[in-house]
Amino acid sequence: MNLRELIDAGPILTDGAWGTELQRRGLPLGSCPDQWNLLHPDKVAEVAQSYVEAGSRVILTNTFRGNRIALSGYSLEHDTFQINRAGAAISRQAAGKSARVFASLGPTGKMLSIGQVTPEQVTLAFEEQAASLAEGGADALLIETMSDLEEASLALAAARNTGLPVIVSFTFDTGRNKDRTMTGVTPEQAAHRMTEEGADAIGANCGIGIAEYVPICRRLRAATHLPIWIKANAGLPEMEDGTPVYRTTAEQFAQHLPDLIEAGAKFVGGCCGTSPDFIRAAAARLPAFSRGVDFQPTEPTRAAGRFPDTASPGTRRAGGPGPTKVTP
Amino acid sequence: MPDLYEAILTGNAKAAVQATQDSLSKGVSAIDLVSQSMVPAMDEVGRRFECEDYFVPELLLAARAMKGALELIRPLLAASGAEPAGRVAIGTVKGDLHDIGKNIVAAMLEGGGFEIIDLGADVPPEKFVNAVRERRANLVCLSALLTVTMPSMKTTIEALRAAGVRDQVKVLVGGAPVTQRFADQIGADGYSENAVSAVALARKLVAIHESA
Repeated sequence: MNLRELIDAGPILTDGAWGTELQRRGLPLGSCPDQWNLLHPDKVAEVAQSYVEAGSRVILTNTFRGNRIALSGYSLEHDTFQINRAGAAISRQAAGKSARVFASLGPTGKMLSIGQVTPEQVTLAFEEQAASLAEGGADALLIETMSDLEEASLALAAARNTGLPVIVSFTFDTGRNKDRTMTGVTPEQAAHRMTEEGADAIGANCGIGIAEYVPICRRLRAATHLPIWIKANAGLPEMEDGTPVYRTTAEQFAQHLPDLIEAGAKFVGGCCGTSPDFIRAAAARLPAFSRGVDFQPTEPTRAAGRFPDTASPGTRRAGGPGPTKVTP
Repeated sequence: MPDLYEAILTGNAKAAVQATQDSLSKGVSAIDLVSQSMVPAMDEVGRRFECEDYFVPELLLAARAMKGALELIRPLLAASGAEPAGRVAIGTVKGDLHDIGKNIVAAMLEGGGFEIIDLGADVPPEKFVNAVRERRANLVCLSALLTVTMPSMKTTIEALRAAGVRDQVKVLVGGAPVTQRFADQIGADGYSENAVSAVALARKLVAIHESA
């Protein structure tokens, strides 16, 4: 699949948040959402399906924490391959001909600069995850919520090994103007470095709100010739009776989409605090999004067989969805 | 060879240890090293952070250099009867495994002369209560990155109250989704937006606590 062809007819609507949708379906506090790809694939498929039905032309996968380093925080590192392959396969199945699957790879959660992890460990972790996602049938890989340029750079190189298109998306939420990543990276620095290193698209996700990402989008656009990917939060949450509430409504969120597209975004969607309602509101406002023709089926990439399936009978019993059925 | 001030400012841990050893062997007192090199260096790091000249990686490197120097100096300070600025029990609240923010604040507090009891990530309220009871922490720092784990901050404060130790400690909260308003709502004593202001706030709260 070629990213440029995908956005040929106009900007593409992606999906919204997954974690909160899984929580609505019973995911307990503090447990690993990604493990649900094995424990409750039906619930994960429901979320994927709900975004396809809402009008997403690109859906992600429930694999944000699926690198070995992040999974080891939940003592799940031995399930890395199965969690990722299953995650990609679940989204692949839900996407059918209506959507493409961009598999999510989030940060390791450890900092390279102070030696919490080595570059070799980071490279291996992303190579393993990327290969597993490719095996599960991902159309493209999305490295997201990045803060550190070095980690993003290692992840990009690792992901490119699969031969799939790779998008790298950063979170800009720090500093006086909230236009830096946590480690101080500007949109220009991110765009230059990732363009130079062979990314297929550059983006911004999470952050502090959709209005705040319009100028960020403009700056990314000015700094690279690559397509821009934007997935913004529904603002920052406020607490109401001990429950976090996002004040931005689906309609308010959708109102900002024309600004984002005007600023150069080619892929738009929501991050924390958004839901299928947000995607529906977005699709209604920008009808061009929902007019796409059916996509051709994708053959799952067989990535080198470097990370063999080591599933034990126990893991299988846990309900992994098994091999992907590619919609004819 | 950079001096201790320069070594901390540039985050050079090796040079910080070397400079500390050199100064001590030349007869500079531990107290002087703290007040004339370490505190000014960390103040300058904080200033550069406020100016957006430094970001989190530079803070962490400086804190690590500071820690190396402190490890040499601490026994000497203890021998001279100097007390730590305060004893901090710190952790991410129950359900939250994201510990980068907590680690940054812990490193900065340690650099600021506080003794750190690092309870780690996903810490149940009872552990905070025990740290206050058994290890005499006088500051409790709670961190959360996720909106869904923010309520665990409230639960932890309630547990401190139920255990009858709430008035023995000051409670600081922080993390991306946390706000001053939320801190007020759940009855925390303070909220800080970043690790640099957390140190200043911790000092202020401990001072209020001591004089109360």
